[in-house]
Amino acid sequence: MFPKQIRLSVQNATKTYEGGVEALRGVTLDFAAGTVTALVGRSGCGKTTLLNLCGAMDFPTSGEVLVAGKLTSRMDDGELTALRRTEIGFVFQFFQLLPSLTVLENVELPLLLAGAKNTEATARERLRWVELEGKSASLPWQLSGGQMQRVAIARALVHDPKILVADEPTGNLDTASGDGVLQLIRRAADEFGAAVVMATHSAEAAAIADLRVRMRDGRVESVDA
Amino acid sequence: MKLFRQLILRPLRHDLTRSALTLVSIALGVAVVIAIELAGDAATGSFERSLTTLTGKVDYEISANGGVDERYMASLAALPLNARFAPVIEQPVVVTGGASTTGMSSMLFGIDVIAAGLQAGDGAFSSSRAPLETSAVVSSHLAARLHLRKGDSLTLTGPNRSQSFMIQSIAEGQNTGWVGIDIAAAQQLLDRYGKLDRIEVFLGPAETLAAAGTAIKRAVPGSYDVETPGARSEENQRMLRAFRWNLRILSYISLLVGAFLIYNTIAVSVVRRRAEIGILRAIGTSSRGVLLMFLGEASMLGVLGSLLGIGLGRALAGAIVGMISDTVNALFTTSAPGSVRLSAGTMITAVITGTGVAFLSALIPAREAARVAPAEAMRRESREHETTLHAGRDLVLAALAAAAAVLFCQFGPVDGRPVFGYLATLCAVVATALVSPAFVTGVIGALRGVLKRTAGAAGLIAGRSLVASLARTSIVVTALATAIAMMVAVGIMVGSFRETVQVWLDSQLRADIYLRAAGPVSSGIYPPMDQQVPEIIRVTPGVGDVDIFHAFQFHYEGTQATFGAGIMDIVRRKRSLRFLNGDANQILASLPGQNRAIVSEPFANKHHVRAGQLLRIPLGAHAVSLTVAGIYYDYANDKGFVLVDRTTLLRYLPEQPVTNIAVYAKAGADAEKVRQELEMRLARYPLMIAPNEVLRRGAIEVFDRTFAVTYALEAVAILVAMLGAASALLALVLDRRREIGLIRYLGAAKVQVRNMILTEAALLGLLAGLLGLVLGTALSLVLIYVVNKQSFGWTIQFHPPVLLLGGALLLVWAVTVLAGVYPARFAAKLEPAEVIHTE
Repeated sequence: MFPKQIRLSVQNATKTYEGGVEALRGVTLDFAAGTVTALVGRSGCGKTTLLNLCGAMDFPTSGEVLVAGKLTSRMDDGELTALRRTEIGFVFQFFQLLPSLTVLENVELPLLLAGAKNTEATARERLRWVELEGKSASLPWQLSGGQMQRVAIARALVHDPKILVADEPTGNLDTASGDGVLQLIRRAADEFGAAVVMATHSAEAAAIADLRVRMRDGRVESVDA
Repeated sequence: MKLFRQLILRPLRHDLTRSALTLVSIALGVAVVIAIELAGDAATGSFERSLTTLTGKVDYEISANGGVDERYMASLAALPLNARFAPVIEQPVVVTGGASTTGMSSMLFGIDVIAAGLQAGDGAFSSSRAPLETSAVVSSHLAARLHLRKGDSLTLTGPNRSQSFMIQSIAEGQNTGWVGIDIAAAQQLLDRYGKLDRIEVFLGPAETLAAAGTAIKRAVPGSYDVETPGARSEENQRMLRAFRWNLRILSYISLLVGAFLIYNTIAVSVVRRRAEIGILRAIGTSSRGVLLMFLGEASMLGVLGSLLGIGLGRALAGAIVGMISDTVNALFTTSAPGSVRLSAGTMITAVITGTGVAFLSALIPAREAARVAPAEAMRRESREHETTLHAGRDLVLAALAAAAAVLFCQFGPVDGRPVFGYLATLCAVVATALVSPAFVTGVIGALRGVLKRTAGAAGLIAGRSLVASLARTSIVVTALATAIAMMVAVGIMVGSFRETVQVWLDSQLRADIYLRAAGPVSSGIYPPMDQQVPEIIRVTPGVGDVDIFHAFQFHYEGTQATFGAGIMDIVRRKRSLRFLNGDANQILASLPGQNRAIVSEPFANKHHVRAGQLLRIPLGAHAVSLTVAGIYYDYANDKGFVLVDRTTLLRYLPEQPVTNIAVYAKAGADAEKVRQELEMRLARYPLMIAPNEVLRRGAIEVFDRTFAVTYALEAVAILVAMLGAASALLALVLDRRREIGLIRYLGAAKVQVRNMILTEAALLGLLAGLLGLVLGTALSLVLIYVVNKQSFGWTIQFHPPVLLLGGALLLVWAVTVLAGVYPARFAAKLEPAEVIHTE
């Protein structure tokens, strides 16, 4: 097992958008290696904003976000890009695979963007891990929804990120496919030691989490282990 | 209308840059067509003799090869006609006076001032300050050029003397330089007694044109031409028809490229609004309504683009009229550029053409939009898949179009125009458009590994995106390829032509020194030189052979050509004329003393003349039958030449003046020293004495100037295609915002996104360049062996200017990459979190 090292830390973060909408109000959370944290709550409670901060896609208006021990607010665009390349993986509700690339190429893409070596072999390895090696030459539209999301997970983990950010990963899937995807997310934390941050409306998804963070009006309402 | 505003106008406003690019593409296409039409009219429309303004409207003109014998004035005057017969002498002279010290070559008109009544009352020559024999009228153009005013004196220099005149009046509104004097003074100045250039006939009000014409024809030898002035003007227009036709067709290329881009714009509109169309159909919009909406979009772009194009075309016409005029003067006939006039008719035609092209280009995508099934908001992926599935069928159609192109090349011209040649060109472009999707897929498939290895993720995605948007990519590639193909085709044609002309000049210009009378350098004008000149040259130390040449313009089967006579023995020994068939030595040796002639290739092609055939050519009062001894290659002009030995000409026209002389220095003599000696000995004669290399350089300069307008047209077509490439890339970026946002999530830096779009631009340029090169080479063969041959009658040897073309292609490719800079910057600036959530 991996030591429960803090991979991602959000300290008293607030986020106010133009027009004065307060999406986050003083959120403080730590995300440890090898754990799955589920962010639950109604639409508009601030889950997606928090995910954007965790994924180094946005900065807090006040407070701090430390990704792998680094303060994101002090980074420029290039450093944030480098951080996403090495430390973060993303899984989206609508899979977000590039339709013009094959399954293998989709998985390989983060490695190519990072200028890594042996990209194809590593991508195949991850595809094997999500049990889709046989589909490597297929195009996304030739896969089922569940298969597409598994490809997306393989892509998110291909560069061994310390943090996996998942936004409603089962929101667009049937129950059976959703269960398969949740198992993979759980294994990502267990086998890769990733700190998984997952926004979800689903009770099944929340059930696999080590921590369930309930949010309301931009604040953390409760944290259940 | 509300729907049109919401579904069409709003998105157009939203994508303002793209809408503007499309609009500019149409505007440029229309502008080029307008510019060529207006500049062509202005450059070639001024054939009416300038003298008409002075003497009034002429009913008939009597002319003859070698000049009209003055004696016939008497027999004409005796005709029972209420008519005035006015003798005219027309010859170039050098005019000096006013502030200018260098002088200017202008046409001199000698007219019968008294008979025309111009010396009385307020006539142009009425004055008490100077006698008639030293009075002159000058055109406003000449007066402006030499800063001359009424009452000033000027000096006219003919072949062997100069004389001063006083300006009695200035003819206003003239766009050519000319001077008019009394005919007696002209005869004295030019030493031309007994021969007139023409007799103008002015009929009284009671006379009918036809009856008078018959009577006049009976009074002069049968070999004389009796024509209405309109016939001559028509002849000029006919002669220029092929030239203007070729320019016009070339100008339509930009519009064709623009048509591809309109197609692309509307197709993008349809693809991007497919979901909206589906919903509209579901809530009750008819398919006709959808069709009209998209056709309305295209028509609106067409009208606006055309209106913009009219203004732009008017400005462009002003800039290129000089270029066209130069070509007309160098190759066809004397004319001076008139003013560019934009008529209501031209404007209406432009709007109809621009809108029509836009409407037709939009027809296919608009029909596709109308066919979207209600509530079926299809995804783009399936649409692109459809295109792939049609690739096989398109390849078969492409093969058929290519076969049709080859077939069309076999047909001859229609009314002197290479209609089938142009149809072949169009078929080749259609074949290219059809083959384009398969070509894009094939080339990018082949480059897949290389792209990934060299450009990493940017290369991989760039290649795949282009294939994924195949319908759009192939249209842009076709548009750009068409423009490039035109550049390549015209480049190869002009390059080959230039090389052919250079080889021909090498074989033709063998003499050391060339002489001609000073005067305007223009096609069909052969100013005579003094009869003493040849003798002075012969006795100059260092001079070997002296080839004396007599040339004049004549009319054959309703078109102009040059009749020339030289010393064929010298031609045989010194020059290496190349004949289509037969031995040059034997052919040339058969000419002296015989009624035998050789004709140039353009003349033979134009009049379907073969070796051995008899030509009946009027020379003075004689109709002479000449046997064609051979047809020789010639590139001097497309009107053609008929050449005889000097002895043959002088038998029929013993007083025909010498117009050109070629001097060969004796072996061992210094040609430059001989030239200097000739300059000294001939100083009192107004002559142009040029060494070989100057003449050669001058010929190539004329050649290059002739094709300047062609290059300008190509540049506009390329510019239109570039705008199209920028517009298409921007559309690709807008359509792939989500994708671009995603790869930013996955760790792509801004520079990588920028590189990805630039790689796409580079790939578009590469694909278009390759396809354009293949199409262009094929089109160059059509231009050289069909269009050019049928239009002008020249045989051009195939000599592609490889280095020049390579450079041009590289430049176009670099500019295509540049066209990607704005879309690339736009893509790099997209906020990933925003676009992912919005999309």
